[in-house]
Amino acid sequence: MTERANISPILKITNLKKSFGENHVLNGFTMSLFKGENLVIMGKSGSGKSVMVKCLVGLMEADSGSIEIMGKDITKLKQNDLNNLRTEIGFLFQGSALYDSMTVRENLEFPLRKLKKKSNNHDKLIIEALENVGLAHAIDLMPDELSGGMKRRVALARALILHPKIIIYDEPTTGLDPITSKEIILLIKNIQKKYGTSSLIITHDVDCARVISNRMILLINGINYKEGSFKELASSTDKNIQAFFK
Amino acid sequence: MRNIIFNPYKQQYIWVVIIDNTTSFMALSLQIPQKIKAFFIEIGELSYFAGRYFKEAFSPPFEFKELLRQCYNVGNKSLLLVGVTGFILGLVFTLQSRPTLMEFGAESWMPSMVSISIVREIGPVIIALICAGRISSGIGAELGSMRVTEQIDAMEVSGTNPFKFLVVTRITATTLMIPLLIIFGDAVALYGSALVEYLKGDVSFTLYFNKVFDAIKFSDIIPATTKSFFFGFAIGLVGSYKGYNCKKGTVGVGEASNSAVVYTSMLLFVIDFIAVFISDIFFEI
Repeated sequence: MTERANISPILKITNLKKSFGENHVLNGFTMSLFKGENLVIMGKSGSGKSVMVKCLVGLMEADSGSIEIMGKDITKLKQNDLNNLRTEIGFLFQGSALYDSMTVRENLEFPLRKLKKKSNNHDKLIIEALENVGLAHAIDLMPDELSGGMKRRVALARALILHPKIIIYDEPTTGLDPITSKEIILLIKNIQKKYGTSSLIITHDVDCARVISNRMILLINGINYKEGSFKELASSTDKNIQAFFK
Repeated sequence: MRNIIFNPYKQQYIWVVIIDNTTSFMALSLQIPQKIKAFFIEIGELSYFAGRYFKEAFSPPFEFKELLRQCYNVGNKSLLLVGVTGFILGLVFTLQSRPTLMEFGAESWMPSMVSISIVREIGPVIIALICAGRISSGIGAELGSMRVTEQIDAMEVSGTNPFKFLVVTRITATTLMIPLLIIFGDAVALYGSALVEYLKGDVSFTLYFNKVFDAIKFSDIIPATTKSFFFGFAIGLVGSYKGYNCKKGTVGVGEASNSAVVYTSMLLFVIDFIAVFISDIFFEI
């Protein structure tokens, strides 16, 4: 942590608050993500993980607090600037969120619409992204022809295609069988090694956290309750923390 | 008898003792303002949605490729349905009208009467209603399911404006395609009518259509075509609004699809009434 004190984080959330009526979901959540690290955020269902992530990418407006991504406060950005910044962030949705009226190729082509270079370069990027997830053969299939694990891998390829500096994974292993979950976890780890991206992983899967994380944050009652490595948190005697590792 | 009701003014539940029908009516009346409020909120939100459409539709970037895809979906894929509906409409309308006209010895008026009725009113309204059932509900269900499966969020996160890509293209496509479908449906309906006249009244197709073209004037075609653009806009607008703002998971998708048809059908009649009213001023129907 002393080394990090001198490095500016690639993503910084300060005192984030969000309420829905009387339900205070985030109560001053603060965190930093540094270049090349895998930060896992764990929390119970309804603890505000998804709300935090939605605020982070501008899908939801926070009540107060600041979110700085690569030095830019997204709460103060204009829509066009926010859209440009979003190309630097990959997002893997919990349910994959593949466009079901488009083929795998078209799904991957969609984020490339922002790029000016056309055609050949697009094909190269699409094939490279699919090869990364081992699904080059599925390029012309429709999403409904894919299994759950394949969908997640195509979604991962889509999140990767613009070589983003940050990738956010929202429950990457939820709804998958243990074997496929393991494959996805290893895939995430390999991709992080290959591209050196910073990853923010939202999960309640302890195995996933153990394999992937460099650092972990436990989100309880809308605040970062405890921060540390997997080992530190797993060996904690605090009952609230132990509940996650049982 | 005791009962519990919700008082919308104080935002709390209250106990009431229902003694007779008067008390029951009072309990009911407390709920009505909430529904009226919800209705006006819905109208306001729909107007805001329409305003956003105009703002986004005329500012770059333009999604021409997606617009063409939607035009194909809305236009080409509805041709058979509109064709069959139009044909049966012309057939039935002529068969039903024939005996009455024969009573007055006025069968020769059949082409004029049928063509004016179909071109001015019946064709546009019936075909727009059929399209509301197919297209508006389809758009509502498609966008609704995209909303609940986070596909719209995924688009937004990828830096694309989903409103421009999904909503603007669909509303523009329906606005452009519904008038064409109505013209096509009218033409097929007139063929249906001509067929009945040919089979039952020994009237040749040439004679029938000569009479049709003698009867129809620009003052019949212009208002009908103009209002069909508004019908198309309403079909796309309500379907997109319901789907884009869909909530409550898969149940919400069903509701979006269903309410898109109901609201669009109502709106079509309102537009038709206004269009006829205005046509009356300019063209003296």
